[in-house]
Parts: sequence; structure tokens; C-alpha cells
Amino acid sequence: MIEKRMVKPLTLQENIELRLHLVTCGVCRLYIKQSHKIDLMVKQILKNTPPANIRLDDDFKKELKVRIDNELNKS
Amino acid sequence: MDNKEIIAEPTPLKPHEWVNAHADYLYAYTITRVNSEEQARDLVQETFLAALEGMHKFEGKSSERTWLTAILRNKIIDTYRKKTKGLKTLSINDTEAGETEFFWNEEGHWHQEHWPTHFGIDNIDPLVNKEFNHILQRCMQKLPALWLSVFTMKHMDDETTDTVCAELKISASNFWVIIHRAKLNLRACLQKNWM
Repeated sequence: MIEKRMVKPLTLQENIELRLHLVTCGVCRLYIKQSHKIDLMVKQILKNTPPANIRLDDDFKKELKVRIDNELNKS
Repeated sequence: MDNKEIIAEPTPLKPHEWVNAHADYLYAYTITRVNSEEQARDLVQETFLAALEGMHKFEGKSSERTWLTAILRNKIIDTYRKKTKGLKTLSINDTEAGETEFFWNEEGHWHQEHWPTHFGIDNIDPLVNKEFNHILQRCMQKLPALWLSVFTMKHMDDETTDTVCAELKISASNFWVIIHRAKLNLRACLQKNWM
């Protein structure tokens, strides 16, 4: 329900149920905090420049280059 | 005033140099969004081939890399669409995914052994903590493809839920069930690997 609330508004009944539950559920409150943090971190990963240490292998790049050159020569 | 100063020269495309200049970047961009190396390689290749065919459409308004990335992004979303195609209604109690039972007991409460605990993510600045980012990325890679698709799409461009649901043709309830499962798993994976 916590995640559902982030996606769409809960019904009045769901809202009351969740709030009552959160009063007694410490792990749930912690989960909410961590859930927001994870969202933020994932967003940052996706927005940042992709890591430079991830590289394609050279053989694949060579083949790709040949393929592009062939396509260019065709036209 | 000299017109040349106002109208910028369109950036020329240099397809002979694409592989050297952009292939690694595009591959790294893809691998953080799909969890298969083979698929990521295919997508990079398809992007270059599609770009060759569409060279006449390049208006030079953006850089070559931005243009190629836009083509790639559309191709990635296409693969997401394929993964969500024919998706039936998911339920939070659906044990098909196996994960729900793992987290919840019959009353819908968290199994005590899976209770979230503090694991020191509150004070982490992902911009400076490369090691943490690395773990987060590895945890994302472990998510089932469908979950990663929906999860990534949600965060990729700050898309609204409605847009993501419309593009992937999934219902709002399926969407949040998937997000919920993905998040539970990511959180558990981070806790396991970071503590």
C-alpha cells in the first residue's frame, strides 16, 4: 500500500488503514524512508553519464565497424 | 550582425567514426537499463543501423551522441513493451513470482527475518560513493527483466505513471505491484550486500 500510495491516491478507507498501521509499524516507516532513498539513487544512476568502465568487447566493435562501412558503401 | 553568428552550423554526422566515438557509451547506457549483455549489444547494433537509414532525418540540432541516444532510448522502450505485452493482472499475493511468500506471512505482515533494518543508506551520497552505486547497479541487474523494465522506465525520464502505463500498455494496479516487488527486492539486495 505504501508503494501504491506513491503511484496513485489511496481511497479514504485505505488511507485510514495505512495511517493506523504506520503508527505501530516501525519497520514500515523505515521502509518508506528507504524506499524514497532508493528512488532517488536509481534516478541518479539513470541520469548520470553511464559508467566509463563498462565497455564493449573489441571484436564486436570491429564487426560493427565493418558492418557500418559496408552499409555506407552500399548507398 | 553577421548571420553566421546566429545560425549555428548543423553538426555533421560521421558514421565511420560512430563505433569508436559512441559504441562504449551507448552500450553502458543500455546495460544499466536492460539486464542482458547480449540484448544490450544487439540494441547498440540496431541503433547504428537505424541511424544509418535515418541519416537524412538528422537535422543537426543536437549532437550526434544525443541523436543516437534518442534512437537507442526508443529501441529500449520497444523491448520493454515486448516484455509487458500480454501481461495478465498481477496480484500482490500472486505467488507466481515466488517473492511475495518470501516476504509476507498469511496476515500480510512482514516476516520478521525480512524486516527492513537500518543499513546506513540514509547518509550516502551516491555521487561520491562509487562502491555503493556499483552495488545498486548489480542489484538492478538481478531484477527480473519485466520488473527492471517498468522500474527503469519510471525513473528514466521522470515519466508520469500514466505515461509509463500507456506506453507499456499495463494497468495502474499491475504497475504498482511490479514497482513494489522490484523495490522490495532491491532493498533486500542492498541490505544484504552493503551491510
